[in-house]
Amino acid sequence: MTKPISETEDEIVEEFGLFDDQMDKYEYIIDLGKKLNPLDARYMTDDYLVKGCQSKVWLHAYKDGDLVFFEADSNSSITKGIIAILIRVLSGQPAKEIINNPLAFIDRINLRSHLSSQRSNGLTAMIQRIKTYAGAFTE
Amino acid sequence: MIAEQTTTGLLDVELIRKQFPILHQHVNGNPLIYLDNAATSQKPLAVIDAIDDYYERYNSNIHRGAHHLAQLATEAYENARKTVAQHINAEEREINFVRGTTEAVNLVASSYGRKFVGAGDEIIISGLEHHSNIVPWQMLCEEKGAVLKVIPVNEAGEIIFESYLKLLSPKTKIVSIAYISNALGTINPAKEVIAEAHKVGAVVFIDGAQALPHKKVDVKELDCDFLGFSGHKVFASTGIGILYGKAALLEQMPPYMGGGEMIKTVTFEKTTYNELPYKFEAGTPNIEGGIALGAAINFISEIGLHKIEQYEHQLLKYGTEKLLEIEELKIVGTSANKSSVLSFLVKDIHPYDLGVLLNEQGIAIRTGHHCCQPLMDRFGIEGTCRASLAFYNTHHEIDSLAKAIKKAVTILK
Ligand SMILES: Cc1ncc(COP(=O)(O)O)c(C=O)c1O
Repeated sequence: MTKPISETEDEIVEEFGLFDDQMDKYEYIIDLGKKLNPLDARYMTDDYLVKGCQSKVWLHAYKDGDLVFFEADSNSSITKGIIAILIRVLSGQPAKEIINNPLAFIDRINLRSHLSSQRSNGLTAMIQRIKTYAGAFTE
Repeated sequence: MIAEQTTTGLLDVELIRKQFPILHQHVNGNPLIYLDNAATSQKPLAVIDAIDDYYERYNSNIHRGAHHLAQLATEAYENARKTVAQHINAEEREINFVRGTTEAVNLVASSYGRKFVGAGDEIIISGLEHHSNIVPWQMLCEEKGAVLKVIPVNEAGEIIFESYLKLLSPKTKIVSIAYISNALGTINPAKEVIAEAHKVGAVVFIDGAQALPHKKVDVKELDCDFLGFSGHKVFASTGIGILYGKAALLEQMPPYMGGGEMIKTVTFEKTTYNELPYKFEAGTPNIEGGIALGAAINFISEIGLHKIEQYEHQLLKYGTEKLLEIEELKIVGTSANKSSVLSFLVKDIHPYDLGVLLNEQGIAIRTGHHCCQPLMDRFGIEGTCRASLAFYNTHHEIDSLAKAIKKAVTILK
């Protein structure tokens, strides 16, 4: 049974609630990135780059049964942490769920308010790319 | 601070800081440490008050109305021109108000360049240049079939002078280089570059954007043909800047833009142009900006640019030592002849991540390519972290910077 997206979202909101200090939040995000499964080097090419990010983000998706899985890496630790969060929430879900989920947790943890506008655009680009991948798998 | 004591007598930094209201605030719970001065500088009360005063007392269009306010505004604006002229040792008619360095380069490329550069001619720039001092020349070369030559840069971030000498030839029409590199802080041997260019009959544009805030620039001593700089980097407002040009050259150049102010007489058959400097100042200018620039230059002149230069040199030296104490930190741009810029990288850490974590600690630096992509390519990097210092920065702030970098690195590693 896959865990519902909303459940993972609640977990993340709770975890972020533990920190008052912004530096600690960043440390936590960065640690999530460090724990991300490594991305196979063959996917670290321009074809897999997410366009619109200031740092480099490589994103690869594959389908297993009805579920879509994501793997990623970045040359920025903070970006890697952010994509790790997205992967935690969305990887291993049915394509339809991924496409339709509004990802409300992003506002609940106030993620964007701590990102520069460029980073915030980068986050949008990552989400877009994830949804595009999922969309391709529904066809 | 032991280090602070060595500087007393040079500048009373605490007193100076009182003149900059913006510095006294907290960012993300920490006292603001503003180290992004190469991007733009903060404004002293003298500048803020000059702008207030203009709008509260004598806002008016200049050079036109015979009425009282117009006279006051014209006088203030022209006084600012005089202040700038004296400051760089030029004549008033050689001082053209423009929007900034970018416009100064574009004006010279469009007006002088279009008239005097032809197919097969060459323009020389350096590998250190800001995009503003690259793209206008590329556009000119493309239009005219001219060739852009680039002086290479060595590992220390200095132009290679011997290579420059080899690039020079009778085909060289314009040499355009930064006095000081914004990305690395390297001070170029401007005077020698100019002297060599003149030997082959080329004119030289000096991009003074990063020089004017840090040192005394004398156009006669340099013997540059053109000099451009931006008001906002010398403690005045955005949208104002200066193009200095030797009068004899400006006289030969066609106007850059047409409109009011730049004309003597207009009929549908023929328009005659106004004399210098108004020939290049079409339309209602940035009056408050001009006045602010005059006030800013008076402000730094009163403090003394030699003192500012010496003080910043101490800060740079101290900052360099402090940063190099940090493990795996590398300074990009290691010329012995540098202004107060600390461009650096920490191994395996993305500059942007460091920038974000410094911001969380109240420290403003710039990360990225600093509008110098070709220079970053030269070093095989995408960008750096850049702390650029001004005379209101302190040794204590450098200590905080070093400490904050260490903290960020522990989190990121
Ligand atoms: C060396 C140099 N040249 C040119 C410019 C462009 O100045 P502005 O954007 O004020 O026109 C800058 C500003 O960053 C600079 O540092």
